[in-house]
Amino acid sequence: MTDAVLDLQGVTKDFGDEVVTHVLKGIDLRIEAGELTALVGPSGSGKSTLLNLLGLLDRPTSGVLRVLGRDIAALDDTGLTELRGRSIGFVFQFHHLLPALSAIQNVMLPLSIAQGRTTAEHRALALEGLREVGLAERADERTMRLSGGQQQRVAIARALIGRPPLVLADEPTGNLDTATADEVFELLRGFNRRAKMAFLIVTHSPELAARCDRIVTLVDGRIVEDRAVRH
Amino acid sequence: MPIAVFLALQFLREGKAASGLVVAAVGVGVSVIVFLSALISGLQTSLIEKTLGSQAHVVVRPPEERARAVRGSAEGELVASNEQRPAQRVRSIVGWQRIMSELAADPAVEVVTPVVSGPGFAVRGTASKSVAVLGVDISSYVRVVEIDDRLQAGTLPRSGAEAAIGSELAADLGIELGDKLRLQAAGGRTELFTVSGVFRLGNREVDQRWVLVTLRSGQTLLDLVGGASSLELRIREVFSADRTAEYIVARTGLVAESWMSTNAELLTALRSQSASSVLIQVFVVLAVSIGIASVLVVSVVQKRREIGILRAMGLSRGRTTMVFLVQGGVLGLLGSVVGVSAGIAVAIAFRGAAVDARGEPLFPIEVEPTLALTSAAIAIATGLVAAVLPAIRAGRLDPAVAIRHD
Repeated sequence: MTDAVLDLQGVTKDFGDEVVTHVLKGIDLRIEAGELTALVGPSGSGKSTLLNLLGLLDRPTSGVLRVLGRDIAALDDTGLTELRGRSIGFVFQFHHLLPALSAIQNVMLPLSIAQGRTTAEHRALALEGLREVGLAERADERTMRLSGGQQQRVAIARALIGRPPLVLADEPTGNLDTATADEVFELLRGFNRRAKMAFLIVTHSPELAARCDRIVTLVDGRIVEDRAVRH
Repeated sequence: MPIAVFLALQFLREGKAASGLVVAAVGVGVSVIVFLSALISGLQTSLIEKTLGSQAHVVVRPPEERARAVRGSAEGELVASNEQRPAQRVRSIVGWQRIMSELAADPAVEVVTPVVSGPGFAVRGTASKSVAVLGVDISSYVRVVEIDDRLQAGTLPRSGAEAAIGSELAADLGIELGDKLRLQAAGGRTELFTVSGVFRLGNREVDQRWVLVTLRSGQTLLDLVGGASSLELRIREVFSADRTAEYIVARTGLVAESWMSTNAELLTALRSQSASSVLIQVFVVLAVSIGIASVLVVSVVQKRREIGILRAMGLSRGRTTMVFLVQGGVLGLLGSVVGVSAGIAVAIAFRGAAVDARGEPLFPIEVEPTLALTSAAIAIATGLVAAVLPAIRAGRLDPAVAIRHD
């Protein structure tokens, strides 16, 4: 067995004080290094909530959540922030780039945040990251001047620049046309294969899910199916 | 560059219009503070200089004469007496040379000068005017009252036969330099002097009545040979004159009056002016801080998503807070640069506009480096303080909620 990047045992998540909504109802999930996993399920099944827990943006109500072998229950807010910055890359559906920054400044952010300062080395690495996604020539453009597909590629370069062991992608192609979506997915899969980073991709697209190594199906807060995909 | 500073500068650059307006608002506020402070400081300096231009900081006189009741009654017998306050005559301070040496040795005292003064008449031809005769030791007196700087013509008396008179008195009697002037003291002595100089101290009463002669001539004329009717002091700290006077009274038993007690109304006016100036400045600072805070509060709301993303990427609460604190500080700094420059420009323009008939400025209005630095420091501190609440709010944003709010 390889090292687990993520390990969830009986994780639940409730919302509300007086009227409690049970969103996640006992999740057991283990993701190994280098896996390319699709998380699918209908709207309201708890995918985003699960993604927030996996991204250490929220804490479970009960159960055990380990990231890179560390139980997050033992971490305070600072420890959680540090682990998140060091271990997890995010790709959001709406790319969530900072419009105040240029493409290269967006990409270098995770490195600069981790070190507490911007450096010339971060800029060089960010330029290399943009080259990997084919956008080196537009490095100094404001992101709002890029197309949707280009913005998503900048977001991928940003998520991957620190080579995090885990990348969480929330509908990374949901806002793109078919051809661009295909390009972006291939980009993600290429990184997954080359850098051995684990990817968990939330998607509504059965075609996209079918191109991953594994499909986890969430329905009404429970994992109802977890199967490997034969290519 | 520290990440908080980098992000703060990028956020400010992104909201150029809002940042520009806040910098302008801070600039206006700071320029008001700079100009108002320089104006009031210049006005007060001018008023104090004019007031102290014709008087010493502290004047020491002999104690008042009191009537002595002579009781020839037998022991145990009660006698009712009605004591009348005697008229005060020109008298010398007993042992004034010793007292003067003691006062001169006091570190708070800059210089002491003996003066003999009394009433008299200036007579020229058939005209006569009531005057105040001042016999002074010229060399030390000019260090107490800078009368030599205010000579309109001629010189101060260099010999016992010379006198300098006020400009209004010279005009009233039609006297020019070199003319003769007969001075008659209240005691009846009369001396003839040559007018060697005419001074103008800017105080009408003084310029109409003062006649300055040497100490020895004054002593002779006022029948006070070897005496000094007062000791006049210049002290190092102008505004501690009251305390110095009290100390002299306690130490010598003489009467000591400070310029602050003889100009109490002026000081009250100056203090009221300072208080109103401080009040205006406080309101300006409040307005500026509210301006900065409101822009940053709006910025935090507008940037919820960005803050969420940055937090998701590992930006700590502390650094998120710092991003907005730095923005407040930078707005304050830029505003202070604009404001201090504008304040100096307005002060220079005002100095050019507020001139007398000769084109001289009515009063000095200078923007001292300390005033500029203090105003800048106030603006930066205001920016930082105004940014505290929005910054804390930004730091407390839950990244999951902030991203979901998109």
